[in-house]
Amino acid sequence: MIETTSSASAELPLFPMPRASGCPFDPPPPLLERQQEGPFTRVSLWDGSTPWLVTRYAEQRALMADPRVSADITRPGYPSSAPVPPQGNTIGFILMDDPEHARLRRMVTAPFAIKRVEAMRPRVRQIVNELVDELLSGPKPVDLVEAFALPVPSLVICELLGVPYADHDFFQENSKTIINRDVTQEQRLVAHGRLAEYLDSLVAEKSRRPKDDLLSQLAERVLAGELTRLEAAQMGVLLLIAGHETTANMIALGTLALLRHPDQLAALRETDDPRLIAGAVEELLRYLHITHSGRRRVALEDIEIAGETIRAGEGLIFANDIGNRDPLAFPEHPDQLDIHRDARHHVAFGFGVHQCLGQPLARLELHIVYGTLYRRIPTLRLAAELDDIPFKHDGSVYGVYELPVTW
Amino acid sequence: MKVSLDQDRCVASGQCVVAAPEVFDQRDEDGIAVLITATPGTSDEEDVRHATAVCPALAIHIVE
Repeated sequence: MIETTSSASAELPLFPMPRASGCPFDPPPPLLERQQEGPFTRVSLWDGSTPWLVTRYAEQRALMADPRVSADITRPGYPSSAPVPPQGNTIGFILMDDPEHARLRRMVTAPFAIKRVEAMRPRVRQIVNELVDELLSGPKPVDLVEAFALPVPSLVICELLGVPYADHDFFQENSKTIINRDVTQEQRLVAHGRLAEYLDSLVAEKSRRPKDDLLSQLAERVLAGELTRLEAAQMGVLLLIAGHETTANMIALGTLALLRHPDQLAALRETDDPRLIAGAVEELLRYLHITHSGRRRVALEDIEIAGETIRAGEGLIFANDIGNRDPLAFPEHPDQLDIHRDARHHVAFGFGVHQCLGQPLARLELHIVYGTLYRRIPTLRLAAELDDIPFKHDGSVYGVYELPVTW
Repeated sequence: MKVSLDQDRCVASGQCVVAAPEVFDQRDEDGIAVLITATPGTSDEEDVRHATAVCPALAIHIVE
């Protein structure tokens, strides 16, 4: 079982831990040091529990795909980042195991199939170009997060789900609260309740007047008795939050990283080779790895791996940001951004049956953004000192709150 | 090379379709992968190996 004595946990580093000052793109240095010592280490959590931290790429992939490892947040030993609410009304399928997970996930996979996502390319390109037009005709300097990085994925996910974009202030505010590590559990539950109520009323409306969108399809399943209204609303909340917070942060933080690596920005700006742009997308996903709170699981059985025994009931946290810097998986200077590297095997979207559902859409959006923004605004530059840029150290998704730019 | 695909395990990530579009496709209704051919030609073998490596659900198996 997990060591819970206060003396044992007091000696262990508290996870998550802060990054080094002045290194906004690098994971916390003590974590990288632990990776050199071996694939497993123990960390201490907010509640005094001491789960395993899996630091290396190979063991992360093996265990994330292992059916003896559970994503069920209600199981004893699950290394939760906050107290688990007593009632299951905030639990989406990402915190469940098969067969329930597969049943619910398969209801929303169709729009994320490769051909369906590819068919969205012209519309996403139009959205991106119109937002760049607005940037170019508006005042400067401007906050790239508010004027571009957030609207791109927000417009795309709203169209896909069938959520009115006019409500974006409301759902972006609540979504921000839910993924903030520093808010109280009560604030998080209130924000979640507001979003669930909002999605529930949208699903009800779609069941009366269906349109060609994902919420209408979920409403149809509710009418057919395949899904409860609560499950439908939960899925809507999950997709709305996931569709926003990840891609928006990749756009803004990716732009900042490229501005700090001008030679690579120039290479990206001057190419029309879609393979180079696609390679840059993968490398920025690997290098920035914005989901820096780790993927969390609990062992269902004793598991022997790499000379270690993970006991049944012990918590596992996969530090995928560190896995993406593992020299055993990325041998050429993994701590450096190199858009020419083959980084396609990164674990920024996780691995196993819970791998990010929206990754084809995220890749499409990033491909269009990174291939458009710098070409159309070739003199794009920071309008603030790096030290003055507010980073999301307090978020379960990393990024910047603001990115003042000019051209 | 012979390829097998476990559709019960598949999570519809579509990465096999990106890696080896001549060999894999997805069902319209739920994105679950389907095999276009279980015996791909020599020119597709490397792509199939890549598809096997990136499949998050470990649903693709190669029998040489």
